[in-house]
This record gives sequence, structure tokens and C-alpha cells, in this order.
Amino acid sequence: MNEKVAVYRKEHFNAAHRLHNDAFDEATNDKVFGKCNNPHFHGHNYELIVKVVGVPDKQTGYVYDLKALSDLIKDNVLKRFDHKNLNLDVPEFKNLNPTAENIVIVIYNILRSLISNQFDLQIRLYETERNFVEYPV
Amino acid sequence: MVYLTRLEHFNAAHKLYNPKWNREKNEEVFGECANENWHGHNFELYVTVKGNPDADSGFIIDAKQLSKIVNEHVIDKLDHKNLNLDVDFLTGKICSTEILIVEIWKQLLPHIPNHVQLHSLKLYETPRIYVEYFGE
Repeated sequence: MNEKVAVYRKEHFNAAHRLHNDAFDEATNDKVFGKCNNPHFHGHNYELIVKVVGVPDKQTGYVYDLKALSDLIKDNVLKRFDHKNLNLDVPEFKNLNPTAENIVIVIYNILRSLISNQFDLQIRLYETERNFVEYPV
Repeated sequence: MVYLTRLEHFNAAHKLYNPKWNREKNEEVFGECANENWHGHNFELYVTVKGNPDADSGFIIDAKQLSKIVNEHVIDKLDHKNLNLDVDFLTGKICSTEILIVEIWKQLLPHIPNHVQLHSLKLYETPRIYVEYFGE
């Protein structure tokens, strides 16, 4: 039994953000980011799906203990992102625009450093029900 | 009598904060929702009207017309905004979902055409938390 199986854990967090590029002038920011540029921020309910791929362990039958995966996500992502302002409260976005694309890469990098390389890892992030991103591809 | 519901949505930042209380008391009552740097949600708003189908159109109200009313008087004022800072009809109010739904009702009511009645609003703050209001 060496078949690979994908296991998924779904989590969620609520956060404020704003899309803005300091290098653009006000008019360009407005043109590129539209209402997402509101200086007073806006916000989303983000849905996060973490996919881990590996061979089920012979002793446990698990690819990855999903409770352990949930704890890992809660301690390292949700505690830092939930009910926060991504621009102001999360250091990774001090100089990085918190688009869904950049958020998914940041979350991947955090989790990749904590999950053994014997597992493949992929993150899907929903910013709204209709807008979502995936990394890596 | 037939009930028709239109679903609209908006994304907004807010915080729960009572200016009469100090920071500690706000944090005690509102927890992480009191974060002074705001947080945010994807809100889903269900607007239900009731009436009798028109003999000629079969409609109680053109759903597109209802959508236009909701967008013009509510969604355009709330979407991609900070509820505490950017919304004229929420100035000085605590931006809980409960208060928000009552204020949305007040905004909508005068613009609902006479041949239908505004029956209820349902407002989801998250997929797991929602409030309902019937104008009572």
C-alpha cells in the first residue's frame, strides 16, 4: 500500500485589509485597486483549505493526523490572522500587498516550514465565495 | 400572499467598540472583535418582501427592481467600506450585526414600492452567524 492520498482541513478567519501600492499615486491606486483601496479598509470572511498529500501510515492509517493539522493551522495562521487587520497587524504584509494571491503564498510558506517534506502541501484560500486562489500550482 | 427574497452581499470592515467604556472593558465584552485596527466580513443580506402576484406580469415585484433598490440604498453605502467610519447612517452607533440590520431596515423601508410590504431581513456576518429582523 504505497498509494498517495490527499487529506484536507478547512479553517476560517475574518480580517480587514486594503489593497494599496505606495509606489503608485492616489489616482493610480484608485484606478488599479478601485474600492479595495478604501483608506479605512474593508474585510472578508476567509475560508482556508489546506491539502496534505502522502502515503497513509501503516500503523495509524493516517496520512496526517487532521487534529494535529488543525492545531498547526490554528497556532501558526489563525491566531495571527483572525480578527486582525492584515496590513497593520501581520508583519508579513508590512511591505507586501495583502491580495488573496500574496496571502496564500504567505500561508503556504508558514505551513511548509512546519510540515515534513515527505508530504506535498497545497493551499486554497477563498476571499469570497466567488473569488479564490490556490498555491502552489 | 407570496414572499420573494433577494440575496445581496457586501464586504466591510468594522470593530465592536463602545466609546463609553475604556479599552479593557471593551476587550472584556467584545473580545477580539474590539481590535482597534478593525477586522472584516463578507456579509450576506436576504431581503424578503410579500405581496400578491400582479395579474399581468405574474410578479409581486420585479426582482431586478428590488435588487436595484437594495443596491442603491444599502449595498453601495456599505460595500468595501469601514462600517464605523464610512457610513452616514451608522455614525455614532455600535456596529454589531443586530444594530446593522435594524439600520438597514430603516434605509430600505421608505423605498419599497407600495404594492409590496417589506417582510424581513436576514443578515449573515459569517456563514455561521446571522440575525433576522421583521421590523418589530
